[in-house]
Amino acid sequence: MRSPLSALFWRELRIARSVGGGGAMGVVFFLILVSLTPFAIGPDLNLLSRIGPAILWIAALLATLLGLDRLFQADADDGSLDLLLTAATPLELIVLVKCLAHWIATALPLVVASPLLGLTLAMEPESLAGISLSLLAGTPALTMLGAIGAALTAGLRRGGLLMAVLILPLTTPVLIFGVSSAAAASGGTVPFHIPMLILSALSLASLAGAPFAAAAALRARDA
Amino acid sequence: MTSLLARDLCVDRGGRTIVKNISFDLRAGEALVALGRNGAGKSTLLRAIAGFLPLSGGRLSHTGAEAEIPLPELSHYVGHADGLKSALTAAENLAFWARMLARSDETPSPSSALQRVGLKRLADFPVAYLSAGQKRRVALARLFMAPRPLWILDEPATALDIASQQVLAEAFAEHRAAGGMILAATHAPLGLVDAATLDLGSAPADLGGNA
Repeated sequence: MRSPLSALFWRELRIARSVGGGGAMGVVFFLILVSLTPFAIGPDLNLLSRIGPAILWIAALLATLLGLDRLFQADADDGSLDLLLTAATPLELIVLVKCLAHWIATALPLVVASPLLGLTLAMEPESLAGISLSLLAGTPALTMLGAIGAALTAGLRRGGLLMAVLILPLTTPVLIFGVSSAAAASGGTVPFHIPMLILSALSLASLAGAPFAAAAALRARDA
Repeated sequence: MTSLLARDLCVDRGGRTIVKNISFDLRAGEALVALGRNGAGKSTLLRAIAGFLPLSGGRLSHTGAEAEIPLPELSHYVGHADGLKSALTAAENLAFWARMLARSDETPSPSSALQRVGLKRLADFPVAYLSAGQKRRVALARLFMAPRPLWILDEPATALDIASQQVLAEAFAEHRAAGGMILAATHAPLGLVDAATLDLGSAPADLGGNA
């Protein structure tokens, strides 16, 4: 409890849960997006269950990006970011802990809500388990990649859209292997573990690399 | 005891040299006030010394027992933004910065720091409900939460009432008596006794300072 990083972690969680913190908005947005889909597509249960994993993944991707633009911008606006630079704790670790808190506040609720929403898309039980597992393995990559974009746009007004434009193309591999592992869970020619392992590898690689990229972007923010 | 040596500091922003060939010495217990018109580069100089902006030229070094620690980690920076989260209370904000900025686990309680700036009864109030001057006082209370030898203050007295300016002047005297250094940019008198001044002159455009 005494270490600077745990203090940062609890502060971030507390801010995310407070009014206007945006912690709950991601999951509400996810819920609305997924609930709208059957209205747009119509009551074709076979079609819905086939494209269900893709809908859930795209909704999760957008819901994750929704809150990410404020990840560093809020700190840049109120001057906290300058002060964090004067801390003895390396900025890379600060970035990692902020991302961890952000993932717990926004992405973990998506993982928990996804099987319930999968039911509304007429997905099969194996597919529901598959989508939860693939989101659990893949959303860390989305958060970490998004953190790079958030760091690059931290100094800009209305940087959220620019961040989405920068980051969405980079999330393509995560989306491909996320949807394919969810689809593989309900049968198909590819065993479930193969796309799942690639998805986990993408998450681990972004966990290892993104803090350095984001910290470098934050340091160069003012120069 | 730490002292600071700056030689021919230059700082560029947006392709223009904003701060050009600034040299000064700041020894333990001393204070330096940067003066100059709006746009003369006071804030830029302070932000470069705090490590937020890269130097485009010159040398900045510090000597003393803590010479191996990077200068930003020895500095408190109080700038135009207060560094406070409006959803958290004043005490929570200060407790967080104490943990983040202090080198030891021994930090004073937020309520004692808030008492010094006269805000003890508002300790459990979310910062969002405080006035501009009260927020500034909470930001200044951060100086008491973690001992650091160099205080870098950019217009610290903005929005402060007379009584708070007096408290600030007393805190400056105490910090300098303990061997601390103060580097401030200001237009208003800060109550710094025999502080050296550093005149940054007029805006760089008048000097033909384009790089």
